[in-house]
Amino acid sequence: MPKTETYNDQVVRLFLLAAAVWGIIGMSVGVWIAAELAWPFWNFDVPFLTFSRLRPDHTFGVIFAFGGSALMGTCYYVVQRTGHTRLAFPRVANFTFWGWQLICVLAMLTMPLGITQSKEYAEPEWFIDILIAVVWVSFGFVFFATLARRRIRHIYVANWYYGAFIIAVGLLHIVNNLAVPVSLTKSYPIYSGVVDAMVQWWYGHNAVAFFLTAGFLGMMYYFVPRQAQQPLWSYRFSIVNFWALISVYMWAGSHHLMYTALPDWVQSVGMAFSLILLMPSWGSAANGLLTFNGSWHRLKTDPAAKFMVIALVFYAASTFEGSMMAIKTVNSLSHYTDWTVAHVHSGSIGWVAMITIGSLYAMAPRALGRPAMHSHAAMEWHFWLHTTGVLLYVLAMWVAGVTEGLMWRETNPDGSLTYAFIDSLLAIKPLYAVRWLGGMFVLAGMVVMAWNLWHTAAHARAKLITPIPVPIPEPEAAQVPAPLPAMG
Amino acid sequence: MAGGYRGYKYFEAIEKHAGLLGILTAIMVSIGGLAEITPIFMAAHEVKPALGVKPYDALRLAGKDIYVREGCYLCHSQMIRALRAETERYGPFSTAEESVYDRPHQWGSKRTGPDLARVGGKYSDEWQRQHLRDPRSVVPESNMPSYPWLAQALVDGDDIAARMRTLRFLGDPYTDADIAGAKAAVSGQTELDAVVAYLQGLGIANEPANAKPQQAAP
Repeated sequence: MPKTETYNDQVVRLFLLAAAVWGIIGMSVGVWIAAELAWPFWNFDVPFLTFSRLRPDHTFGVIFAFGGSALMGTCYYVVQRTGHTRLAFPRVANFTFWGWQLICVLAMLTMPLGITQSKEYAEPEWFIDILIAVVWVSFGFVFFATLARRRIRHIYVANWYYGAFIIAVGLLHIVNNLAVPVSLTKSYPIYSGVVDAMVQWWYGHNAVAFFLTAGFLGMMYYFVPRQAQQPLWSYRFSIVNFWALISVYMWAGSHHLMYTALPDWVQSVGMAFSLILLMPSWGSAANGLLTFNGSWHRLKTDPAAKFMVIALVFYAASTFEGSMMAIKTVNSLSHYTDWTVAHVHSGSIGWVAMITIGSLYAMAPRALGRPAMHSHAAMEWHFWLHTTGVLLYVLAMWVAGVTEGLMWRETNPDGSLTYAFIDSLLAIKPLYAVRWLGGMFVLAGMVVMAWNLWHTAAHARAKLITPIPVPIPEPEAAQVPAPLPAMG
Repeated sequence: MAGGYRGYKYFEAIEKHAGLLGILTAIMVSIGGLAEITPIFMAAHEVKPALGVKPYDALRLAGKDIYVREGCYLCHSQMIRALRAETERYGPFSTAEESVYDRPHQWGSKRTGPDLARVGGKYSDEWQRQHLRDPRSVVPESNMPSYPWLAQALVDGDDIAARMRTLRFLGDPYTDADIAGAKAAVSGQTELDAVVAYLQGLGIANEPANAKPQQAAP
């Protein structure tokens, strides 16, 4: 075999496969628990199928299993290509893959059995948390070691975001999960009450900031210029947004605790920084969208580009919404209602899932050594199924949330409350059914994607043992992104 | 890039050194959390439980941990906000003192069902049992899941004693007598008994001795 150095795409392909599988599992659980809220019959009185036990499986499944696999896979793909170098420490990289999958399986199996910390978005118990920390440090080690052996001096901005994502998530995870075990299956956090609430939402909000935003912005900054087939609209703007985003986000967590027993000054600081946060958020969205300037015609023919553009629109919309919801008076209406759920999902299935799907469609043919995805029509189908699903979901939950918020605060002329709590549930029950339907559309789209990936990978599956070598090109000055495989 | 920009050389150093980039990133992401969490952490020792409030007794601790295990916080908050419509519906707004023994806190983030911070005493024990076993038998429109298995499992006394020892290690003022008596206190009690005891204490047992539980609207 000739000794040309090639990219290590094997681990990338594994993560790609895992992302598709976890996406379907995580979203299936989501559709199931949505059905439980609309029709409680679906709980079947079985402990591990009960809504309260399954809901963490949905959030962990889509955020950490699906999102995490997609992020780690694209991160390994991007850092090699932007550095013109092969991944460092392939064995450690493989360990991060198998370690992460083990974590996901353990978490998804233990949480429905009631083995949970019940800290929102950090439910897995202490022994899984330790595994997560070990795998995460290894992931950071591979990433920064690869960065260190890059053959281009300048570090491309996508890697800045991936780097911040790795550093911040490691920090958040470790600080938030400090606990003292009682037994293998039970631990108590070292924090209690108000401190625990603050640490939890510092973590919870910044899991959104660094897992669901910075990481996926890294993905966006590489794949959007690729798919638009022209350089980023403004490179300097992306750097300004980077520093603003990572420093401002960390202050905003307390907006989850408005009007609670958290000290007032922290609530106000959280609100102020949440409003400032709109600037780097819209800056990043604008930078991505303007990169398509002069290339908008590609949307007619390229479903991957379409996914990316709609993802950026949802990113702009949900970050605007988030800043507005952090205003105390708005929050007094929106908090505890399904408006929060609408906001989270416009961010997650609008922004996160769509940028991921767009990037997967851009990356998969490359990593699998094919000229294009197996079926163009299937990608179109996926786009429309997904978009319809997101809109149904988000609109239903917006209406439900505002309805709840208004009904809870409605008073009679004598000052007494107009509605009992159950009245608000009755009012929104039909919307829970619409939400379930929206979820079904999104899930159907994911199944179409999995089918398409499976057939695109046919060639690679046939020769599973031999790697598909993608030679590493020599670095050159003033690069313009070379076109990706034909997308249509 | 950025050819003519005078300050660029400083940025250039960051953009070309992975280690420097990583360190500066770590500093920038740490500032916000340090600024907000450190003062609260420092002030936390001043948040003392109200006079006469003791940590959860053995049975209520078992109930709280079952509440945590089942994930009740996903649909029920325990945090009455300082807003008129909230105090009208649920009773006086929640204070930091009331949750000093909650590990983790159970403030919640979503109300698919009502807030439970002051649910203690609002319904009879029998209503709570029936409601947990089969919510729709008492509230036909409810979408809460049934928890029939709680009535079939017994609370493990040794386990509760071990939990109290861990909590004492973390600073909760359990006495030797509390821990020694834990096993007897929960002997023969089902998980359902424990959860009902926990719920009936919410807003009562963690309240200052002189405060009367408010009768709130449904």
